[in-house]
Amino acid sequence: MPTQTCCGQPAYNSGDRATARAIARQTILAFADCDYIVAPSGSCSGMLARHYPELFDDEPDLSREALAFAAKCHELVSFLVDVMGVSAVSARYDGVATYHDSCSGLRELGVKTQPRQLLASVEGLRLVEMQDSEVCCGFGGTFAVKYGELSNSIVTEKSGKIEASGADTLLAGDLGCLMNMAGKMQRLGRNVKVRHVAEVLAGMTDMPAIGEPETEPRK
Amino acid sequence: MTVAPTSTQFKDNAHEALNDARLQRALVHARNFIPRRSAAAERMPEFEALRDSARDIKNHTLAHLDLYLEAYEKKVLETGGHVHWARDAEHARKIFLDLCHARGAKRVTKGKSMISEEIGLNAALEADGVEAVETDLGEYIIQLRGEAPSHIIAPAIHVTRDDVEADFRKAHRDLPESRDLSQPEQLLAEARGILRDKFLTADIGVTGANFLIAETGTSVIVTNEGNGDLTQILPKVHVVIASLEKIVPTLDDAAQLLRVLARSATGQDMSVYTTLSTGPRRPGDVDGPEDYHVILLDNGRSAMLGGPFEDMLRCIRCGACMNHCPVYHQIGGHAYGWVYPGPMGAVLTPSLIGVAEGGQLPNASTFCGRCEQVCPMRIPLPKMMRHWREREFERHLTPAGARYGLGVWAFFARRPTLYRLATQAAMRALKLASRNRGRFASLPLAGGWTAHRDLAAPQGSTFQAQWRARSGATR
Repeated sequence: MPTQTCCGQPAYNSGDRATARAIARQTILAFADCDYIVAPSGSCSGMLARHYPELFDDEPDLSREALAFAAKCHELVSFLVDVMGVSAVSARYDGVATYHDSCSGLRELGVKTQPRQLLASVEGLRLVEMQDSEVCCGFGGTFAVKYGELSNSIVTEKSGKIEASGADTLLAGDLGCLMNMAGKMQRLGRNVKVRHVAEVLAGMTDMPAIGEPETEPRK
Repeated sequence: MTVAPTSTQFKDNAHEALNDARLQRALVHARNFIPRRSAAAERMPEFEALRDSARDIKNHTLAHLDLYLEAYEKKVLETGGHVHWARDAEHARKIFLDLCHARGAKRVTKGKSMISEEIGLNAALEADGVEAVETDLGEYIIQLRGEAPSHIIAPAIHVTRDDVEADFRKAHRDLPESRDLSQPEQLLAEARGILRDKFLTADIGVTGANFLIAETGTSVIVTNEGNGDLTQILPKVHVVIASLEKIVPTLDDAAQLLRVLARSATGQDMSVYTTLSTGPRRPGDVDGPEDYHVILLDNGRSAMLGGPFEDMLRCIRCGACMNHCPVYHQIGGHAYGWVYPGPMGAVLTPSLIGVAEGGQLPNASTFCGRCEQVCPMRIPLPKMMRHWREREFERHLTPAGARYGLGVWAFFARRPTLYRLATQAAMRALKLASRNRGRFASLPLAGGWTAHRDLAAPQGSTFQAQWRARSGATR
């Protein structure tokens, strides 16, 4: 397994370009032998596929390398559909789910129809659309903490839309957004399970949903 | 009305806005633009191609801005007008006041102009004993309230109908108290009646400009109320105040940009009035001003040319970015603390007043990218906000706590083995600390998160550990 750490997005979005570049170099070298680099996250994939080349736009050699690397990077679900040609999965999930379009996956990588297409093939699952599924959940990385009150206001609104959809399960393809929305709905006492879309597509929903206890909590 | 920025207090401003129930009720209307814009874009199959063309027109203009500015000036002079070059806000105010003094002006009517806001023209006029009358309904309302615009095309979007009625009753004391102002139409009729007198008695009319056309020396304004026309035609003097980057080479270019402007702004195919004015009244003209002046404001813009923020000079002030911004939706425009709110304000404000004053704004973004998605000029707004964060970081303006945290994280992120051990240890510790509840309602050092929401505890082991275990098992 390549010696990977993080894609460096926290440094990049905090203005620490030097650290972001160092981590990007390390990542590009770590995956040099791979044909595809796949991440179960729209924002990490967006960092690799869209922003790495920007980090080196003043150095032609490194920029070329970053561009070649970027072309091999994919978000998980779009990789399955667009690259592997998967059109259906064999999985079962009994529930009504709604899918939140995480911003980076949607707007940087065009992830929109792919998860819906695969979810449609999951037995027992009914997909309903929430209003404004393309609107940000308010996570925004360090924004969620630096501007906690604002972030809270955005995710509170999002929680209302999720609840109004009537779904019992919320799915998305980005863990930051999922933790934000799960945390808010749990704080509000809403009874909606929150999962990464991959868990459902892989039929791995025997694990507890995000933020749920593994066994009954001790009293 | 003031141009003294409060952008450094963005968090406090936002806190206040979030807790202002009246404002929150009014802000719902900011979102009405969203379906209208998308419907307008869908009605026009070539809309995306038009956006490319609009971007290219402005990029070309900015690459040759000096030439087009000179060409524009030459044309204005040929048509009998005057051009004044203003390096900054103070200079622009002085030029305008000198014009007032030369004409003995006592009353100035104003079409809607963000540049007038940027230079604080109203306050300067009032201090000089000249009455300034805003004639755009929204601007008129906020002038009565002593406020700045909270949106660049809908300046009074933060105000409710009830507020306007109260403001009008307070301001229009001559009118009978018993009058019915319960309907928006009645409010409109009352404002129209008051403004009609002002139009007829103004000494100078001042407008902004949506475009300045180099090939003809023409200024173009778009309005939905026709107030701009009355402002620029009736008084003896018409003064256009506009910033340098409003220049476009030709009438055709302006027509191209007009096709994306209203669609992006309000979702109209065109604004109700698109008015072109070229020089003063010519012999034989039935109306128009005797004197035509243009004040061209730089105020930091020429310094943006050739740098990472040049793209921002393409902005045509449609407001689409703020209409689609989740942060703007929550707090409105005043919280941004200066003249320009929303994503375009978050990029432009530090450019014009400095990153030390305006640096909060480009940080207060989730980088959701919806602004860039709808910007008719394809301005990479998130990218430029990130540039500002880089400037802050380079200049050590980033808060010490955030810088330190980032440093600790970066230390591990650059050392894969340590990182793996640290994440494994942290996962175990968090899992243990969660005592099988699955999440935390509060956690030391995570108060920024847990103040508002629960924090999920880790499950199982790390991805890398699972991957190793799996590949080991299958071999």
